Amino acid sequence: MSRAVRFVPLLVLLLFVGFVTWRLLVPNDEKIRSRLTGQPVPAFTLAPATGGIAGLSSKDLASGRPRLLNVFASWCVPCIAEAPLLDELKRSGVHIDAIAVRDRPEDVAAFLANHGNPFERIGSDPESRVQLSLGSSGVPESFIVDGKGIIRYQHMGPIEPGDLPAIRREWEAAK
Amino acid sequence: MKRWLLILALLAAPALADSDLPAARYANEQLPDPRQEAAAKALMEELRCLVCQGQSIADSDAELAGDMRAMVRQRIAAGEKPEVVRAWLVSRYGDWVSYRPPVEPMTWPLWAAPLLLLGIGAFLLRHRFRRRG
Repeated sequence: MSRAVRFVPLLVLLLFVGFVTWRLLVPNDEKIRSRLTGQPVPAFTLAPATGGIAGLSSKDLASGRPRLLNVFASWCVPCIAEAPLLDELKRSGVHIDAIAVRDRPEDVAAFLANHGNPFERIGSDPESRVQLSLGSSGVPESFIVDGKGIIRYQHMGPIEPGDLPAIRREWEAAK
Repeated sequence: MKRWLLILALLAAPALADSDLPAARYANEQLPDPRQEAAAKALMEELRCLVCQGQSIADSDAELAGDMRAMVRQRIAAGEKPEVVRAWLVSRYGDWVSYRPPVEPMTWPLWAAPLLLLGIGAFLLRHRFRRRG
């Protein structure tokens, strides 16, 4: 065996250690984005999630004007943190609809009473069916849907103050 | 006082990360037809949980995994082919959601690596044996 070949295993080891160190320092982004961005919202019809607010169907999202679709749940803690920002978006003219995942009418009502109601419609998705059909992998998530019902943008996790400029930009672009 | 606080802390409910709705029908219940159940089970073992990444939905306790199991079983009970259900999920979440990667240029290294490593091993062994002999 030549001398150079002897060092090949060491080189392989060093490459491996280097790769592991790099991935520890720069962790992989583990968000699984929906593949439906750029495609129409899948057809669905959801019953109202609580009294006094209409349910939601995919037709409501193709209304000729863009809409923000928020996937939330009353049992979701980050959704509470997000609530004031949704209110702020609503005040600045963003139309917001919602899907309540695995929720009860009385729990949704209590959530809205405690944290405000920026939603025009809320559909109830008791078995996460519509959430799965949208390619959403958790709560909260928000989609911007344009007037033709095409998904233009997906925001994963709670909307934080720093996310507002990007969301407003996408909202304008969807007009 | 301290002791009381400690006891209170022990009694406190953990922060809610899950809904308290019961699991969907067929999330934790087998299909009556054993052949359909076997097909559903095989598929569930090859679908990745979206919440606890690294587990299959068959193994995961997450609620979303339960809802995915319910969906798989209900669709297979309705006569859909497992590959159609898999393709439906892949069209939403990408190949990531399936534990069976397709053979395509992107994944060639993945499929070739075992053969390549076996080849290298055989090559190294050949030298070893020759020297002994």
